[in-house]
Amino acid sequence: MTHLTALPIVVPFVAAALLVATGTVLPRWLQDCLAIATAVAAATLCVLLAAHASQQPFAYWLGGWTPRRGVAIGISLSVDPVGGGMAAFASLMVIAALAYSVHYFDAVEGLFHGLMLLFLAAMVGFCLTGDLFNLVVFFELMSAVAFALTAYRVEERAPIQGAINFAITNSIAGYAMFIGVAMLYARTGALNMAQIGAALDAHRADPLVVVAMTLLFLGFLTKAATVPLHFWLADAHAVAPTPVCVLFSGVMVELGVYAVARLYWVIFAGPLGPHVNALRAILIAAGVITALLGAWMCSVQRHLKRLLAFSTISHVGMLVCAVGLLGAKGIAGAILYIVAHGFTKGALFMCMGVLLHRFATVDEFDLHGRGREIPFVGVLVVVGGLLLAAAPPFTAFAGKSLIESASSDAGYGWLIALFVVVSAATGGAVLRVAGRVFLGWGPDTGPDPGQMRAAEERDDETRDRREHTPIAMMAVPGVLLIAAAVVVFIPGAFPGVQRAAARFTDHAAYGQWVLGGKHIRWPRVQISHIEALDVVYALIAVAGAFGAALLGLFGRPLRDALPSAIREPTRNVLHRLRHLHSGEIGDYVTWWTVGASLLGAVCLVALT
Amino acid sequence: VSFLPYVVAAWLFLIGLWGVVSSTNLIRTVLSLTIVQSSTYLVLLGVGYRSGGKAPILADIPTSSKLVDPVVQVLVLTDVVIEATVTALLLALVIQAHKRFGSIRPADLRALRD
Repeated sequence: MTHLTALPIVVPFVAAALLVATGTVLPRWLQDCLAIATAVAAATLCVLLAAHASQQPFAYWLGGWTPRRGVAIGISLSVDPVGGGMAAFASLMVIAALAYSVHYFDAVEGLFHGLMLLFLAAMVGFCLTGDLFNLVVFFELMSAVAFALTAYRVEERAPIQGAINFAITNSIAGYAMFIGVAMLYARTGALNMAQIGAALDAHRADPLVVVAMTLLFLGFLTKAATVPLHFWLADAHAVAPTPVCVLFSGVMVELGVYAVARLYWVIFAGPLGPHVNALRAILIAAGVITALLGAWMCSVQRHLKRLLAFSTISHVGMLVCAVGLLGAKGIAGAILYIVAHGFTKGALFMCMGVLLHRFATVDEFDLHGRGREIPFVGVLVVVGGLLLAAAPPFTAFAGKSLIESASSDAGYGWLIALFVVVSAATGGAVLRVAGRVFLGWGPDTGPDPGQMRAAEERDDETRDRREHTPIAMMAVPGVLLIAAAVVVFIPGAFPGVQRAAARFTDHAAYGQWVLGGKHIRWPRVQISHIEALDVVYALIAVAGAFGAALLGLFGRPLRDALPSAIREPTRNVLHRLRHLHSGEIGDYVTWWTVGASLLGAVCLVALT
Repeated sequence: VSFLPYVVAAWLFLIGLWGVVSSTNLIRTVLSLTIVQSSTYLVLLGVGYRSGGKAPILADIPTSSKLVDPVVQVLVLTDVVIEATVTALLLALVIQAHKRFGSIRPADLRALRD
């Protein structure tokens, strides 16, 4: 069984090379079939690995370079149920994105399929690897493929600019991580994460360890679009082809949060144990700012893909808070939430793709009432909005409840109010879009006509006749939404995730099963249940989402009636915030440097 | 332990960042990015350096010789491959930017505005 471990990485690599090599010869339908078959194979393998690891997590040493007397020279794939599960989730999202793109756009000579499979291999490798340098290399591979996919329509202006911004910010983040790896290697002489963790156990949190941690977290938080490292995300999402957006928003960004959690629990839990409260405060502060800025920017967008991009920033802020609580329950909630959010956001991007395909624009006001032709898509968008608002009793709600309960346990009960705001604002923005586009409610002109031009499709991204929307383009998001809703109702899923999270956060056990290959006798896990109060919070959030949607649709007279002492400053702040998202790479890197210096300074002061 | 490589590395990282921030030419931006990356080579090689150590090629020296750490050299090789990929990709994008925007001044790229 364990010999299969490398296959979900190797198979997509080989298939990608084959597809690119034979791209000029093979017909399109065969490329689609081969790519989807490869992704299905990878998903099956990942599910098998995750199932096997949920009995007993295991390390697979590539080339048989097993550790001798606790010293690892070789590279391991360390599979636990969380890593295996994330890999399986990423593969499922790739299947959905590939199935959607069959009818979506003209792929050129196998390149698109090849890139998607490379992206899949990089994500799976990122989830499974047990080696720190390997993790960073898979991160870089994931990034490089993502840059290329963003600029896939390279004949257009916007994708070029979006990809340049994405590439430069994320590359700098990657280089910071290389330095972090070098510093940890200098301190411990190891690259295997378990071995670094074991070597650091005896260490206090000296400046070198703290700076290394900051550099590594900087890289992953840039990928996770934490303010002020987030600027690339909205640009990349607004310009990338829709099937690619599905993967960016649904999986790639969340993998940054996953890596922060993995690194903390495997490597830094030992030396930073005495400073856990300070680190918790730092991560939660970053998460709160991200969640609020994302929610606000989301609610004022008219370019629908940008709207969903800022919604992702907001939800990721919430996930950074959940992981930043530095406890098993927060991790369990984050896992459920990542899966639910990924499927939902993917489905919503696909619905926006249908609008782009049919009407050649994703501008909310330009689309006013035109969605009446495709009522089924309207239903999907409404369902997506409700799931994004974490409506009970579905998966996102279950995850959010666990995060809320973890916040109360850690003394951060006020985070619950933040989560209600995030759900109401982001869910409300999607419901508002549904009301305006599919029901024709509200006015049909709005502020910032500049965004309208950006939202129009210049060169055809999509193919086929526009009057007719292929069934598959609506079926795939439908299936994703059903999956997003019901994952938690799979028998055993809810307690299973909590058990997996408890093992994920067991620092000592990780070292034993990776380096010693030991069979761990896990302690019994106290399973939390959803409480009545969680349902009340969730219902408030859903009501808030409807309220925000109605306010967005019909609230203009109300806003005009506000005294100018409130209206003007708000407008000025909003104007400044929009101006910050200028699309200029120099500004973005300046902000990145400011964020990096700030995080570094705070960590050095608070954690050493 | 000599601190010189790390001081130079920090300098390269910062001056590279300044290059990206202040650039008025996208090619200069990309080259500044490679300067940021070259700081990572120095840190990695500095970590593995032993004073008086030989190159870790054991074909023609005794196996008991004092060597510099070969692991970091392999890491730098990987790093170089990544740099080549990303730089090539970015320069290709700059060519496209020149075609579509008629300029490679970052301020002239105005397809995205919030």
